[in-house]
Amino acid sequence: MHPAFSIILFTTASGAGYGLLVWLGVAALVGLLPPDRWFGAAAFGAALALVTAGLLSSTLHLGHPERAWRAVSQWRSSWLSREGVAALATYPAAGLFAFGWVVLGVLDGAWTLLALLSILLSLATIASTAMIYRSLRTIQRWHNKWVVPVYLALGLMTGALLLHALAHVFGLVHPAIGWIAVVTLILGWTLKAQYWRFIDTSRAASTPESATGLGSLGKVRLLASPHTGENYLMSEMGFVIARKHAEKLRRIATIVGFLLPLGFALASLTGPAWLTGTEAVLAAATALLGTLVERWLFFAEAKHTVTLYYGSELA
Amino acid sequence: MTSLPADPGPRKLGLVIDLDICVGCHACAVNCKEWNTGGHSAPLTDQDPYGAQAKGVWFNRIHAFETEDSHGGRTVHFPKSCLHCEAPACVEVCPTGASYKRAEDGIVLVNAELCIGCKLCSWACPYGAREYDEDDGVMKKCTLCIDRIYNENLEEVERVPACVSTCPVGARHFGDLGDPESAVSRLVAERGGYDLMPELDYKPVNKYLPPRPRKTAPGSTGASSCLQAKAPAVENRLLAWIDRMLST
Repeated sequence: MHPAFSIILFTTASGAGYGLLVWLGVAALVGLLPPDRWFGAAAFGAALALVTAGLLSSTLHLGHPERAWRAVSQWRSSWLSREGVAALATYPAAGLFAFGWVVLGVLDGAWTLLALLSILLSLATIASTAMIYRSLRTIQRWHNKWVVPVYLALGLMTGALLLHALAHVFGLVHPAIGWIAVVTLILGWTLKAQYWRFIDTSRAASTPESATGLGSLGKVRLLASPHTGENYLMSEMGFVIARKHAEKLRRIATIVGFLLPLGFALASLTGPAWLTGTEAVLAAATALLGTLVERWLFFAEAKHTVTLYYGSELA
Repeated sequence: MTSLPADPGPRKLGLVIDLDICVGCHACAVNCKEWNTGGHSAPLTDQDPYGAQAKGVWFNRIHAFETEDSHGGRTVHFPKSCLHCEAPACVEVCPTGASYKRAEDGIVLVNAELCIGCKLCSWACPYGAREYDEDDGVMKKCTLCIDRIYNENLEEVERVPACVSTCPVGARHFGDLGDPESAVSRLVAERGGYDLMPELDYKPVNKYLPPRPRKTAPGSTGASSCLQAKAPAVENRLLAWIDRMLST
């Protein structure tokens, strides 16, 4: 599949933003952080900015961005629509939660309900994004049980690392936050490795033979494509990445997205404040960079059944 | 509404394509483009149409495949357009309600006024039936020539999709595949018509008829298979005289 930068940026940024909202909710519920005004303003500001930038970026690839509001109407059948509904519903919940934290300085009583609502809606939004891909039977590398857990894990991971970095910047270090970051990094790495193992060891059910129904005549090969030039289907669905490049990029995503942040996060658990702060910021920055590479690969490695009509042996 | 019709009618209009007959002339694709660039989803735009990198929207594309068995290779021309599936995921993924399946005849259409051009429907279609119009910023697809088949301004014989009307060898058939007694349904039953990618369970309405088995031995036409000496043609006087002269 063609890796459109607007969608890669959107899923990465909004994943991190919703992940940060989840951990802010958790921090409020279990009392990990005091309702510090400036920290709250920075953390909610960052989360809502990431989410909003992601949503705006996702409208960039539309043919008619001015009609984007229509996309929330089909929540009965469409995961893209459900994602839109969940994303919009998160704003008032997270907004009121932020208001309580930043302006009123309260995190208890009725405000815990808003924290809980903010957590649930954020998780629902990430899961809906993942379900857009997970639900497509045409792409076996997306239509599998690893896609939703990986999206959730990477959202929670980048969100936890952002919270960890912001807490350090504002001098509100709590060891539990550091450990949450470490655990989510290990979880994300494990799930992504499982995903890569799955796509390397499984095959799509569809073949050139089932796509044409000519299998009874023998092995089916493309003799002539329908037109002399490229068409939309080939440029949108037919993106092919060389195997050696995919392997190299997987290594880069693993090192930059999981191993380096894990090293920085572990190092940031003890030491002088100036050093642990730098390490926490570096952990978040590398993880976000690595997630961008991971997300690019998620698209570039995906194969669509329509390529079977254009000479591909595998879907 | 992109939920599928809760109560789909019995009619399932669609095409039956005979891979045994198709000669790969592309006339159906050309007539499709010709009609539809002025039809329901008009225009079917092209980018750089006269240049080296011509690119544009087509509802129907003709591939050619080759297969090989113990008797040698075989070429199969393979026209492909929207199959108007009974379980069209392309419709269900649409976030705006632009894509819909009609309850009355099963035709899958796009309302260009509602389409935001997110392209997700084209990702959901296994067959590559949907093509994005870069100039219009909306998705386009085969309409089964909805503006011909119900068009009372046309002669009745013309009320079939453009691709069907133009096929010079009769490889394309149009009709109601929901009616087991229709000509197309009988053709499918007779010739073993099949679904493309049945494993994905989109339940395509359009059916493909397989190429007939290859002839591996010559058939008998009743004619003698080798030359034999003929008796003099007595009815021809000249030949009969020559025969007599040579015989003496």
